Amino acid sequence: MASGTATLAAAEEGETLVFAAAGRWLVATAAELDRDLSALDLPRGRRVTLDLAGIDRLDTAGAWLVLRTENDLLARGNEVEIRNLHPGFAPLFAQVRAGGAVRPVPHPRPAHHTLAGFVARIGEVTIGLLARGYGILGFLGLVATTAGAVLRDPRRLRVKAILVQMERTGVDALPIVGLLSFLIGIVIAFQGADQLHRFGAEIYTVNLLGVGILRELAVLMTAIILAGRSGSAFTAQLGTMRVNEEIDALRAIGLDPIEVLVIPRLFALLLTLPMLALYADFAGLLGGWLMTWGALGITVPQFLHQLQSALGGWTFWIGIIKSPFFAVIIALVGCYEGLRVGRSAESVGRQTTLSVVEAIFLVIVSDAAFSILFSILQI
Amino acid sequence: MPARHSETVIRIAGLVNRFGHQTVHDGLDLEVFAGEVLGVVGGSGSGKSVLLRTIIGLNRPHSGRIEVFGQDVATLDDRALRRLERRWGVLFQDGALFSSLTVAQNIEVPLKEHCAMPAQLMDEIAALKIGMVGLAEEAGQKYPAELSGGMRKRAGLARALALDPEILFLDEPTAGLDPIAAAEFDRLIRDLQSGLGLTVFMVTHDLDTLVASCDRIAVLVDKKVRVGTLEQLLDDPHPWIRAYFHGPRGRAALPPGAASAASPLRLAGRL
Repeated sequence: MASGTATLAAAEEGETLVFAAAGRWLVATAAELDRDLSALDLPRGRRVTLDLAGIDRLDTAGAWLVLRTENDLLARGNEVEIRNLHPGFAPLFAQVRAGGAVRPVPHPRPAHHTLAGFVARIGEVTIGLLARGYGILGFLGLVATTAGAVLRDPRRLRVKAILVQMERTGVDALPIVGLLSFLIGIVIAFQGADQLHRFGAEIYTVNLLGVGILRELAVLMTAIILAGRSGSAFTAQLGTMRVNEEIDALRAIGLDPIEVLVIPRLFALLLTLPMLALYADFAGLLGGWLMTWGALGITVPQFLHQLQSALGGWTFWIGIIKSPFFAVIIALVGCYEGLRVGRSAESVGRQTTLSVVEAIFLVIVSDAAFSILFSILQI
Repeated sequence: MPARHSETVIRIAGLVNRFGHQTVHDGLDLEVFAGEVLGVVGGSGSGKSVLLRTIIGLNRPHSGRIEVFGQDVATLDDRALRRLERRWGVLFQDGALFSSLTVAQNIEVPLKEHCAMPAQLMDEIAALKIGMVGLAEEAGQKYPAELSGGMRKRAGLARALALDPEILFLDEPTAGLDPIAAAEFDRLIRDLQSGLGLTVFMVTHDLDTLVASCDRIAVLVDKKVRVGTLEQLLDDPHPWIRAYFHGPRGRAALPPGAASAASPLRLAGRL
């Protein structure tokens, strides 16, 4: 593999110009040979001989360089003869001569690297987003009618599948949901106490905590965690089933994939998300109380008393009411993107990413919509 | 051709592969000679692909010794292994092309990685390989998802040949191809093998490929291999080998007269 082992020397031999190739013409030496060859001053309209006697090793890259040189010489109107090709290299040479007829084609450039392409891409993405929103809305209708049919005929409800999904999306999520809510409670209490301290109103930290956790943060955090944990899992599971043609197999057997796969996941999430939200409420308040007790010395009775006075009748329920809506969003988006997976494994990953982003986006948008709704209702 | 079978390029001795409690290979010995086409056959789960993956270092054997070009693969350091890997090319079952790159870019990956080459020359060599595996010029611009199964295999073969390897490993090269495409692929491999002087290690299920392409056949039975030419294996009394070559598909693939063990000599001209 050492460099400098392949050479090409020019010599005059009467009327003829002789290029004598020698050494190892291999892919490893090709770069260097290519440089030498392009530095060569090729003649015009002469008799040229390529003498290959000195070549002791040759591969396709080397043979290509010889043939390219021959072509370049021919293109300049020379008469070219190749001599002393070792008979052992003849089949290789024939292969390369046959394959060398193919010209390199330019590599395609991604279209959006040009300005027009960039603008076109913005349009494409926008239309794609609208189409997806439309698709999810259609899917909501499809799932709703299927769910209605299943509820009218409860024997079609797959209780075991629902329980399995509840375990995966609910029980298995308890540690992470609890821990994160607990930490959020600590953060809110700490920041609240720090600010309210300036007004001598530390006790109102409990109000901030109660309203913030119960009304907004517990359910929102739970929904976001489930979108990342379970929504993505739905997409990946259903997507893998699409790639394996399992969904087609279900249809071929006469089963409705929506009924078999989507409904259990939807119902499971509808049941687990409110329960998880309630659990997150407790974990958040516990974290908050721990912080207020540590920083402000607020005891449990004081804490509960203040909490009771801070919370209106609706505060807790507003958080819980939102949770089934978030459950529907997460389950629908997760399953919809899973069923949209194409035939390739690659698209499973793409759809999973999309599903998480879309679910979190829609959860937060609908949370904002709820805020507006509740402010209109003045609760 | 047997005259060239002097030098051993791959030597496997006492190979043991185990997954959990399941032993796939138990004391397997095999030699592959320079310039031959060796076909590896065996039932599903007999460890054909595992054997291939073990030789190219994708699977660490439980015990045993694997020498490629006289070097013990297990003892090589990273750089020496890298150097050795340049001397073989691998065609995985469905081509295993990088899906984010075009065919031409796929072929250029090993060139870019191993040889500091000007872009122009790399494009030329990629085009050359595309021509040598019988793809059309425009195929170089296409992404793997735009290719048919047969074209993907050809593109994978072109990438495997990018560095002009001495050994070519093929994993089920004709699986998933229609019979016509499979026959063309057999011919292509044979042509390239003789033209480039390659040693080919081929895992296959395809009896037609065995008959058309292979100098010797290694049959994986009882966690070991039995190696021989087609005529020799036709006489082998092992029940699996008999069932394989003398079953209905075996008889159909073999040239007339060859399937009866009484007249194996009629095959000699073919091989």
